[in-house]
Amino acid sequence: MSNELTLEKPGGAATGSGDALLSIKGVQKHFPVLDGFLFKRQVGAVHAVDGVSLDVFQGESVGLVGESGCGKSTLGRLVTRLLEPTAGEIRYNGQDITHANRKELAPIRSEIQMIFQDPYSSLNPRHTVGSIIGAPMEINGINPKGGIQRRVQELLETVGLNPEHYNRFPHEFSGGQRQRIGVARALSLNPKLIVADEPVSALDVSIQAQVVNLLQELQRELGIAFLFIAHDLSVVRHFSQRVAVMYLGKIVEIADRKSLYEAPRHPYTHALLSAVPEADPDDNRERIRLIGDVPSPLNPPSGCRFRTRCWKAQEKCSVEEPPLIQLSGSLDGHLTACHFPEGDIKRSPEEGSTAAVPEQRAEV
Amino acid sequence: MTTQAKPEEASSAGSGGDQPFLSVRDLSVRFSTEDGVVRAVDNLSFDVAPGSTLGIVGESGSGKSVTNLAVLGLHNPDRTEITGSIKLDGQELVGASNRELEKLRGKTMSMIFQDPLTALSPYHTIGKQIGETFRKHTGASKKESRDRAIEMLTRVGIPQPTTRVDDYPHQFSGGMRQRAMIAMALVCDPKLVIADEPTTALDVTVQAQILDLLKDLQQEMGTAIILITHDLGVVARTAQQIMVMYAGRAVERGTVREVLKAPQHPYTWGLLSSMPSLTGDVSVPLRPVRGTPPSLINLPTGCPFNPRCDHREQVIGGGCTTERPPLAPATGHAAACHLSAAQRQDIFIDQIKPRLG
Repeated sequence: MSNELTLEKPGGAATGSGDALLSIKGVQKHFPVLDGFLFKRQVGAVHAVDGVSLDVFQGESVGLVGESGCGKSTLGRLVTRLLEPTAGEIRYNGQDITHANRKELAPIRSEIQMIFQDPYSSLNPRHTVGSIIGAPMEINGINPKGGIQRRVQELLETVGLNPEHYNRFPHEFSGGQRQRIGVARALSLNPKLIVADEPVSALDVSIQAQVVNLLQELQRELGIAFLFIAHDLSVVRHFSQRVAVMYLGKIVEIADRKSLYEAPRHPYTHALLSAVPEADPDDNRERIRLIGDVPSPLNPPSGCRFRTRCWKAQEKCSVEEPPLIQLSGSLDGHLTACHFPEGDIKRSPEEGSTAAVPEQRAEV
Repeated sequence: MTTQAKPEEASSAGSGGDQPFLSVRDLSVRFSTEDGVVRAVDNLSFDVAPGSTLGIVGESGSGKSVTNLAVLGLHNPDRTEITGSIKLDGQELVGASNRELEKLRGKTMSMIFQDPLTALSPYHTIGKQIGETFRKHTGASKKESRDRAIEMLTRVGIPQPTTRVDDYPHQFSGGMRQRAMIAMALVCDPKLVIADEPTTALDVTVQAQILDLLKDLQQEMGTAIILITHDLGVVARTAQQIMVMYAGRAVERGTVREVLKAPQHPYTWGLLSSMPSLTGDVSVPLRPVRGTPPSLINLPTGCPFNPRCDHREQVIGGGCTTERPPLAPATGHAAACHLSAAQRQDIFIDQIKPRLG
């Protein structure tokens, strides 16, 4: 299954050049399915992530979108090495960490941090905010200038909380504030890469915007790279310079934001975008109704995995798996895995300005 | 607080000309807790016309779910104080006995819950759960109710309904469970369906399927729908009327076009400008509403939105902290704000509209 997926960073893309901060190649994660009494034997495997290649560069934000069960969270956990890949290679800053053990990982773990989805279950209710945010420093034996408490208070201020509240417990905070605590904890070791797994999907719209703005400020000011995992396409578009679309364990399309949202080539990306409801009564974009659900990752379809729900599928799709390549007519760095890609339906005439689009929407 | 309601304020949100099917007037719901009295819903009035869809939008804790649980009479009466009037097809529901309500629930009005996995019983087959409501209200036999369940599953688009009817909820996927929930809610052809965040737990592609299904079924059966959601996009796609709730009160109501295209209340502005869109300019940061929603035990005096409002200083006379603004005008597009209509129009055109892109 591990295709040679070349994902070389093209020169003309949105972010800085140089070596990738994080580079994953053909990574797979198969979870065994066991059966039998007393003597367990493997009867199958859930192909959660199946040959994914992706580069994240210093200071850039890569968005990862897809429906539930497409393997995006598993990929996040592989990157932070909370899970060990079945196959493939993960390199962080040039160092191979695919099968690194605990000891080897220790210095790297302080540079890759994670923000979790649920602000309620990701904070220990029996610890004060101060000890939650200070724990990473304690564990790593870091003694910042002025002591841990002072650093905790600084961090609280950075994320927009009252520094005097370091002695409080998580239950004294609202959902949005708790998510800020999670952010402060992720920041405590000055990480270079943050994996944010659905960081705002549990929050109300107005609070969601506050947290997105906070993350964006941090990214700009501290130059932290983000792997931003979410299912909300509008939020991902707002936050990430490059976006990868996953379907059933594979990346089906990856491109910089403008190219992906304005000229999607993969039918699945197109369908996803057309399904997003916009708060505009005049929104009469063409809508594509996908039929049915995502197939089971226990037994993914042969060939192209999207073919069971695709309206363009032909015989070739069931036989041959489409490689993730740059199609003719796509911009640099826009890779698509499809035999029968979409045309340039939504491509705007001028390349430079996204500003032209919103103007049309504003009419009453 | 109850005395502030003016009789004219109680007007039709579903001003379609026909008699409203559901008419709520001055509804207040209060819970007594250890910390004090929670005013979950405060003086709320709205109407739903037959066959139309009302979208209720608001953040968590704004009272949108509580309102609709009150309509269905699902609150614990020992702890809840409900005042005002809820009329369903002319029948008063506040103070109605449990027996009367039982006759209505599932038959005339029914509910689609947010999380189908917790709302369905894991011990009973889907067919049994759908058929149960039907048997209770029509006295049908087991065989008949099973046939009816199959018919309903076909209607909501479940493949192979004759075999699927004997499946348990865990054998269904998320989208199919939600379809089964809809089948259950519609089994007795109710006149009013309350859908409480019916698509929040679902992926966008499945969400689109479910919203289309609800719309199709509504056209087929002429059901009135109350759609509770926090997603303005969902409302734009499905509803005709919108009511925006904040801290247990309606702060704005009108048709979808009025509220989304020319919003009048600062809170609605805040909601709209905090939502990223698929086409907006990405270099402009989002403009969230400042602060957090107020505690319903200890509401701010005057307008409950005043601590988070950016336009408080512009109010002539400064009544924001002292006087609660009524929802005015009585009919049509209305907002509860002390700013004058002309001021709101100016602020919206000068500051808000460019931001929305």
